[in-house]
Amino acid sequence: MQFMLLFSRQGKLRLQKWYVPLSDKEKKKITRELVQTVLARKPKMCSFLEWRDLKIVYKRYASLYFCCAIEDQDNELITLEIIHRYVELLDKYFGSVCELDIIFNFEKAYFILDEFLLGGEAQETSKKNVLKAIEQADLLQENIDFQMRLFAGNFGGKPNNPCCSIRSVALDVNSPPQGQQKQHPSNINTDFEVTGLLFSLISQPSCLK
Amino acid sequence: MSDVVEKTLTALPSLLSLDSQPGSGKLSSTSKLGNLIRGITELTSKHEEEKLIQRELSSIKEQVASPNTSMRQMKELMVRAIYCEMLGYEASFSYIHAIKLAQQGTVLEKRVGYLAVSLFLNESHELLLLLVNTVLKDLQSTNLIEVCMALTVVSQMFPKDMIPAILPLVEEKLTHPKEIIRRKAVLALYKFYLIAPNQVQHIHNKFRKALCDKDPGVMTASLHIYLQMIKENPEGYKDLTASFVTILKQVVGGKLPMDFNYHSVPAPWLQIQLLRILSLLGKDDQSTSEMMYEVLDESLRRAEMNHNITYAILYECVKSIYTIHPKAELLEKAAKCIGNFVLSPKINLKYLGLKALTYVVQQDANLALQHQLTIIECLDHSDLVIKRETLELLFRITNAQNVTVIVEKMLEFLRLSKDDYTTIDLVGKVAELAEKYAPDNEWFIETMNTVFSLGGDMMQPDIPNSFLRLLSEGFDSTEEDRQLRLFAVDSYVSLLQGEPGRLPQRFLQVISWVLGEYSHLREGLEPATTLRLLAKLLDMKHTSSETKSWVLLAMSKLCEGPDCVSLAQELSERHGGSLDTVLRQRVQELRHLSEDAELRASVLPRDAAQEPLEVDSSLSFLDGFVSEALSAGAAPYKPPHQRQEELAQAKALSLEPYGLSLPISMSSCSLADRQSPTLLSMSSGLSGNSTDLSHKGGSTTLKLDGVKRVWGKDGYLAQKEPVEESAQVEVPSPLCSPSRQGGADSTHSQTPTPTPTPEPEKEKQQLASSLFVGLGSQSSVCLMGKSEQTPQRFRRKAKGQGSSSGASEQISNSHYSTQSTVDNLLCNNLLDSTVTSDLAVSTPEQTPQLSQEVATTNGTCDAEQDLIEETDPGNSPSLIRANSTVTADPPAHKDPDRPKDSCLSSHLPAELAGLSHSEIIPLCSSQNLDLSACHVQKEDALLLVIFIENSSDSDIEQMLLQTESDELEVSCVTDSPVEAVRSLSVSVYQYSLMVKRPAAHVALAGTASYQLPSGESQVMQFSYRLPLTSFIRPLCVSTEEYGTLWLAFSQDTKQNLALLNDGQDPLTATLDVLKNKLQLHVVDIIGAEGIVACRLLQGQPCLMHCRVHAGSLAVWLRSPVPDLPDCLLYHCQRALQEH
Repeated sequence: MQFMLLFSRQGKLRLQKWYVPLSDKEKKKITRELVQTVLARKPKMCSFLEWRDLKIVYKRYASLYFCCAIEDQDNELITLEIIHRYVELLDKYFGSVCELDIIFNFEKAYFILDEFLLGGEAQETSKKNVLKAIEQADLLQENIDFQMRLFAGNFGGKPNNPCCSIRSVALDVNSPPQGQQKQHPSNINTDFEVTGLLFSLISQPSCLK
Repeated sequence: MSDVVEKTLTALPSLLSLDSQPGSGKLSSTSKLGNLIRGITELTSKHEEEKLIQRELSSIKEQVASPNTSMRQMKELMVRAIYCEMLGYEASFSYIHAIKLAQQGTVLEKRVGYLAVSLFLNESHELLLLLVNTVLKDLQSTNLIEVCMALTVVSQMFPKDMIPAILPLVEEKLTHPKEIIRRKAVLALYKFYLIAPNQVQHIHNKFRKALCDKDPGVMTASLHIYLQMIKENPEGYKDLTASFVTILKQVVGGKLPMDFNYHSVPAPWLQIQLLRILSLLGKDDQSTSEMMYEVLDESLRRAEMNHNITYAILYECVKSIYTIHPKAELLEKAAKCIGNFVLSPKINLKYLGLKALTYVVQQDANLALQHQLTIIECLDHSDLVIKRETLELLFRITNAQNVTVIVEKMLEFLRLSKDDYTTIDLVGKVAELAEKYAPDNEWFIETMNTVFSLGGDMMQPDIPNSFLRLLSEGFDSTEEDRQLRLFAVDSYVSLLQGEPGRLPQRFLQVISWVLGEYSHLREGLEPATTLRLLAKLLDMKHTSSETKSWVLLAMSKLCEGPDCVSLAQELSERHGGSLDTVLRQRVQELRHLSEDAELRASVLPRDAAQEPLEVDSSLSFLDGFVSEALSAGAAPYKPPHQRQEELAQAKALSLEPYGLSLPISMSSCSLADRQSPTLLSMSSGLSGNSTDLSHKGGSTTLKLDGVKRVWGKDGYLAQKEPVEESAQVEVPSPLCSPSRQGGADSTHSQTPTPTPTPEPEKEKQQLASSLFVGLGSQSSVCLMGKSEQTPQRFRRKAKGQGSSSGASEQISNSHYSTQSTVDNLLCNNLLDSTVTSDLAVSTPEQTPQLSQEVATTNGTCDAEQDLIEETDPGNSPSLIRANSTVTADPPAHKDPDRPKDSCLSSHLPAELAGLSHSEIIPLCSSQNLDLSACHVQKEDALLLVIFIENSSDSDIEQMLLQTESDELEVSCVTDSPVEAVRSLSVSVYQYSLMVKRPAAHVALAGTASYQLPSGESQVMQFSYRLPLTSFIRPLCVSTEEYGTLWLAFSQDTKQNLALLNDGQDPLTATLDVLKNKLQLHVVDIIGAEGIVACRLLQGQPCLMHCRVHAGSLAVWLRSPVPDLPDCLLYHCQRALQEH
C-alpha cells in the first residue's frame, strides 16, 4: 500500500498515512486530486479507480471516505477488506465509532492504524491482538492518570474505561457526571454530520455495493 | 461552558492541566485541541480559517520554544501541530520538538513523539538522523512498549545510511520471547530489505527461521520479505515451494487459531500472500507448478462462501492458475470463476472479472467470446472505470477485422476522458492498433489525425515520430506510398484551411513536416498556397517556437518562385530579430535557400526522406578544422562531464548536485522515454503474463537514457531503432492466410442470434459480431503467440542497406519463433482439438528461422574453437625466441624452438598446468641464467610466471627478483621465494598482477640479482609487457542491471568501429568476435543494438553500448575508470582488424 487517506464528505482530510516518501507539495496535490475524484463518484459505482499508475480503492462509511492507494498487481478486494477491518477496529475501540471520534482522537486512530498496518503491509490481522497491543499502552496511561488524580486529591472512583479516566476529573471539576453515555458537544454541527454519525457496520457486512 | 472549563483549567496547578492531553478520550473536545477544532468549524470562510490556524501555530511555536513547557504539555502541543499539518498548514518548527519528545518523554509522551515524527518527516529528511540514538536506546529498553514503538518507527522510516547502527539490535529481536516484538522486527527487516537489500543479505537464514516461527503472525510477516525476494529471484527459492504449499494447505484446512479468522475465513491475508508467492514460483516451471495444483484446487473449492473476502481469495487463485504452468482441469474451474465474476451484479466483482479476462484472454480467446454480450454492456457502462477496463480487454483481442470498431470505441472514450494519464496511455494504444491493423489509408490518416488532436502535447513523442517514419520509409508498393502521402497532404491542407489554432503543437509539427515533404505530390496545389497556409501558423499566438522551426523548415523545402522569395524576405525581417537562435537560423536558411534554387536542391533534395542519411556521428569531417584550430592555439575540447569535474575540483566544495551532463532534446530521448506499445504487447504476449507487464515496461528494451542520438531536428528518422524493429516481427505468411480466413469465417457464422430479439438487443449483438469477429477456437492459436497472420498493412519496407535491419529482424524472429513454439505447446495442452491446425500454422514459419538459429549457433561454436586453438598451449605452436630482446610482445613473433618451450611449460606449477598460458618469452639471459616468462589467465586473477633457468654447471645463490610498474600492482604469490637455483634446473616465481592504471598495454620492469658461485654479484634487468585484455573478464549482468549501471556512470567515450560483414548478421558476428577475443559479455542484442559488459579483474566495470549505423558500429563506453574505455576501444579495433 502506498498511502491511506480518510476524508469527510465535505472533502476535509481526517487522517493521512503515507508509506512512500513524498514531498509535502506532492502529498497535498495527490490529496486534493483524489478527494475531488472520489467525491465526484456516485454511490453505485465501482470502488476501484485507476489513477496515474496506481490503483485507488475507496469505500464510504457514513460520512467518511476511506481511500487506499495500491500498486497495480495488488489485490483490490483484499484492500477493501483492509479498510473494513480498520473500521471494525475503530468501532470496537471507540464503541460505535463516528467521525467525531476520529476527529477528536485522531492520534488514537493513528495508533490503531500503526498497530494494524506497518510500512504499508498488514501486520496483524487479528482484531483481538491489535486491540490488546493498544490497550496495553492505554493501561499504562491509566495507571499514570490514576496516580495523578490521587496526587491532585481528586480521585472519585475507579474508571470503567481507560479512555474515560480523565473525563471524571474534568467532570468533577465542572459539571455533574454524565454517566457512560457517549457525549458530543452540541455546538459542533456545521462541519460534520451529527445525525446518522454511527457507522452502519452491523447492517453493512462489507459486501460490495 | 467551555469558558468555564478554560478558566478553571488555567487556575489549576500545572499538573492538572493534564486534561488537555489527548489521552482524555471522549472529552477531549473541551481541551485545547477541542477548542481548536470547534473554532474551525464555526468559521465560515477559508480566509478566517487561515487566520485562526496561523494564530494557533504562532502560539504553539511560542510554547514549544519556552523552556518551561513540560513534556506533558509538549505532547499536547504536538497533537495540535499534527492537526494543523493535516489541514495543510506547515508546522516545520515543531519537527525538532517531536524528535525531542520521542527522546525525552515518558513512555506515553514518547508514543506521541514517535507518531509526530512518523507523520511529519519522511525517510530522506535530515532531522531523522537525530532520532537514531533515541531508537537505539529504546530498542535496548526493557519496556516492551518502548521496544514496540522503536520498531514501529523503524519500519516506517529510517535513514538508509544508519541501518548498520541498529541492525544488530533488530536482528536480536528476532529471537525475542514476545511474538509481537518478533513480528515487528521481521517487518523492520522487510523495510530494510526494500531500501537497502545488500545490508540484510547476511540474515537470510534468519528469515527462514522467521518463516518457521511458531506464531502465525510472525510467519505471515516473514512472507512479505519472501514475496519480495522471490519476485526478484524465483530460482533461488524453489526449494521452499513445498513449505509454502504445506502452509497454505494448513491455513485452508482451518488449522490456525480462530483469532486469525476474518469473517469466518481463515487468515485471508496469509492465503493471498501465499498464493502470490506460489504463482511466482510456478511461473514457467512445470515441476514446481505440479506441486501446487492440489492446494490451488482446494483453495478454489473452499472459497465458495458468498463474501467479499472469499472473492478476494478466488481472484488471487485464478490469477495464480493462469500464471503457473497450466493444467486443463484447473483452468476450466478458473474460467468458470472468471465467468461468475464477470456476470456478477456487483460492480466491483464485474471490474475484477474484466481485469481477469484481460489477463487471460491471450491464452484463451474463447473466454472473451463466451462473455461478449456482457462485455458489450460494460462498454456502455455509466462508470468510466468499467469502460476503461473493457477497452483494455478489447485492446488485447484486436485483430484486422475488428480494429475499426474497437478503435472507434477507444476514441469515443478518449473524447470523454479528462484524465491525462489515461489519455496518454490510450492514445498510444490507438496509434499502435492503427499502425498494425489499418484497413485502408483513409482510415489510417483520419485515425491518426484524431490521435494527434486528442493526444495533444502530452502524447508520447514517439507516436508522431514513428508515424512520420512510416510515411517516409513507405511500404513495399510505391503506388500505395504515394496514395497514403497524398491522402495525408489533402487532409492536412483542409485542416489548415479550417481552424488550425485549435490543433496541438505536435500535430502542427507533423502537418508541417508532411506538407514540406510531400505537398508536391498533389497536382494543382501551388506551393505558394501551402506556403501561405504555413505562414499563417507562424502568426498564431499559441504556436511554440519549436513548432515555428518545423514550419520554417517545411517552408524552406517548398519555397520556389518569386512569390516565395518575397515571402521569405518578409519573414526574415519579422523573425530575424527573434530571441530564439534556432528560429533565427531557420529564417536565415529559408531566406538563403529561397534565393538560390540550386543550393536548395542539393541541401534539401526532394523525396530524400527514404534515402538513408549518412550521418558521420564522429564528426570526422571536422578533423581538419579541429587540427587547424588546435595548432592555432585553441584549447582542446573537453566533454561536459569532464569540464564539470574539473570545475568541481577547482572549487573545492561544491554542494550543488550536477544535472545530467548530456543535453537531452526531444528527439534524443523519445525512445528511451517510452517503450513502444508494440513491443509491450509482444513481450506480454510471449510471456503470457499480460496485465503486469504493460506497466513494468519491456524488460528487454535497452536503457538508453542520456545516450546521444543523431536525429535531425526535423524529425527525420533515418536509422532504425531496435524497439521499433520488433514491430516488424509479424511476418506475413501467405500459407497461413487461408486457414486464418477460414477461422474467421466460421466464427462469423458462429456468433449466434438464436431467438428473435428486441431492437436494442439486436444492436448489441451486431456490435458483438463486429467486435468479436476473428476470435475463435482456430484463430485463438494466432492470438496465443500474437503471431498475426494477416499481412500487416503497414509493414515497413525491409531495408537492404547494410543488411543490418534484415539481420536484426532475423534475431528477433528466431527469438520469437522459439517463444511461439512454447506457446503452441502450451496451447496443445489446453486445446487438444486444435493441435493439428496449430502445428500446421506454426511450421512453415518456424522452419527457416530455426535453421537460421542453428546457423548462428554454429557460427558461435566455430568462433569459440578458433579461440581455443589460439590460446590452448597444447595445440598452438607456442614458441620461444632465442634472441634476448628486453621487451617482448607475446603474439607478435614466432620462432621454431619448440622443445625448449615445452620443457619450460612443464615447469609450470601443477595448479596452473591445466590453464591456458601465453607464449613463454625470454626476458633476458646471461651466461648462466635465462629468464623467461609467461602469463596465465585465471578466472579471478592474472598470474605472471617467471622461469629462471640455470644453464650453468654451478648453483646460483641469493637469487632476488624485484619488480615495479606504474600501471600494475605486483604481488608475489610464491610462498617461499626461491633463493638458490641449482645447476641445470629451473626455478619458478609467480606474481599476481592487478591493474592500477589502465593502459592499452601494461608493462612491468624488474631486476634479478644473484650471486655467482665465485661470490660475484650480478644484476639483470628485464621488462614484460602484456595487453590490457589479459585483465578483462566478462561481466555477467542482466539487461536491467546493465541499465542501472549505465546510468550510474557519466564517463562517455564514443567511437565508430568497423563492422564485420561475413554473411550472417554483422552485429552478432562482430560482437561474437569481440566476445571471444576480448572476453566480453554480450548482455543483450536487440535489433541493431547490442549491449556488452566487461570488468577489470578487480571488478571495475566497463559498459559498451553498440549500435549498427551506416555500415559501421557506433560504440559508446562508460566506466568508472577514466582510461579504461579508451584502452578497450583500442583492443576492440585491433581484434576486429585481426579478424
